[in-house]
Amino acid sequence: MREVCVVGIGMSKWGEVWRRSLRQLFVDAAMEAIKDSGVDHLDSLYVGCMSSGMFVQQEHVGALCADYLGMAGLPAARVESACASGGIAVRQAFLEVASGASEIVMASGVEKMTDCSGDDATSALAGAADQEYEVFHGATFPGLYAMIAHAHMDRYGTTPEMLAAVSVKNHHNGAMNPVAQYPFEVSVDRVLGSVMVADPLHILDCSPITDGAAAVIVTSEEVARKLGKPYVKIIGSGLATDTIAIAQRDDITAIKSAGMALDRALKMTNRKLSDVQFAEMHDCFTIAEIVVMESIGLYKPGQAGPAVLAGETALDGKFPINSSGGLKSKGHPVGATGVAQVIEVFKQLTGRAEGGRQLPGSPKIGMTQNMGGTGASSAVHILEVA
Amino acid sequence: MAMFSSRNWREYPQRYRMEASRFKKSGKTYFPPRTVDPETGDTKQEMVRLPEIGKLLTYTVIRVAPSMWGDEGPYALGVAEMTDGTRVMAQITDCDVEKVKIGMEVRVEFRRIQSEGSAGVLSYGYKFVPKWF
Repeated sequence: MREVCVVGIGMSKWGEVWRRSLRQLFVDAAMEAIKDSGVDHLDSLYVGCMSSGMFVQQEHVGALCADYLGMAGLPAARVESACASGGIAVRQAFLEVASGASEIVMASGVEKMTDCSGDDATSALAGAADQEYEVFHGATFPGLYAMIAHAHMDRYGTTPEMLAAVSVKNHHNGAMNPVAQYPFEVSVDRVLGSVMVADPLHILDCSPITDGAAAVIVTSEEVARKLGKPYVKIIGSGLATDTIAIAQRDDITAIKSAGMALDRALKMTNRKLSDVQFAEMHDCFTIAEIVVMESIGLYKPGQAGPAVLAGETALDGKFPINSSGGLKSKGHPVGATGVAQVIEVFKQLTGRAEGGRQLPGSPKIGMTQNMGGTGASSAVHILEVA
Repeated sequence: MAMFSSRNWREYPQRYRMEASRFKKSGKTYFPPRTVDPETGDTKQEMVRLPEIGKLLTYTVIRVAPSMWGDEGPYALGVAEMTDGTRVMAQITDCDVEKVKIGMEVRVEFRRIQSEGSAGVLSYGYKFVPKWF
């Protein structure tokens, strides 16, 4: 396989973007990525999108997006793996360029989540769980992660304060990110005092509902060099799955797919986890960040919560996590999230992170971890400065 | 969305009788039943019914519920390990949600679960109740 690079990035406005439709959000992000990269054409397009059919009754999103980007005719397809759709769109672009089948591929993601009621959005998101054996019995997404959290607290002594510390850290970072949906600080007390959604998760332990799109241009190193702008290499890509229902897992306190995806991504590189300096992680709920930290081998089981409390994953910590604000503060337009994670790592590696959240010491290697449902799928990418 | 009743009655063996599959080669039981044993790839199996007693491995209390569950909230939901080692997710009912605990012994009972979709098809199935009831 040949070297694969990211050469340009683009994001639409994120939040409750009532003035922009699904297609407009995509075009906003895509046009910005094309402009940022300087490419003069695309060879193909992947669009990560979880549930446009349920959110806005629109399927066939690959064709729709190519059409409204003014490129009808372009090979284009939608990629769906719940909240990991975006990460897998990046992976498909990576594989297509690595194989030599294409030179310039756009990996994008989009979700339009506020054109329907909160109830309908909840029900669309629940499609990432097991409909017949979880959702049928009244499970919601916060509820499923809450069950993971209770099991983790029972086994390892993880506390609500440790969960809240994830939210506090991510909001602190997000407050410096101009695209964040909720760019404000929260305190541990405020998190613990917010409405309980599903014990032990409060509303401020949960990522929000967001409209938004993100796009990156993925290309060969040859093209990247010719464009003459700073770029980063995707040195590893890993994807793994697990049982769809949490009851079927031997260990409810771990997310096995995250570790498997990381191992597969690392195997493509000559790097170890200890070479990776920072990460964007899928903090759909605060407990998710803690469990993923442990499941990828960054911390021993039970050690991630105390590490977050001790500031080890803060911007100035030894392994910063979610410098962008994460899903919690930046927002979580599900199909776009995995692509936006790559954008943050790109910004950090090229020194483009705004608002004072640029990591110290010019980091060279970062990773993204994006997951679907309760971790029934995980996509990991490892990126390195060129 | 309209919900056809076939989607409901197709699940009766699991929802009403908790029928599971036990594979010949590994002796492992899966609920819901599977065609293929993930451990061995075996497809030879027999139907067994799950035991009715289990212990809670984890739980939550859903306090912000979708509107279809609204009048029932807050409700407790958990995963129990049954006495044969299989694991099942269900609501925990007939008890104060504040008193649900990990490790609590539960028994399975046949209950109304919900009315599904805009057609309002009534669905029944299993819920957990504390064993001492």
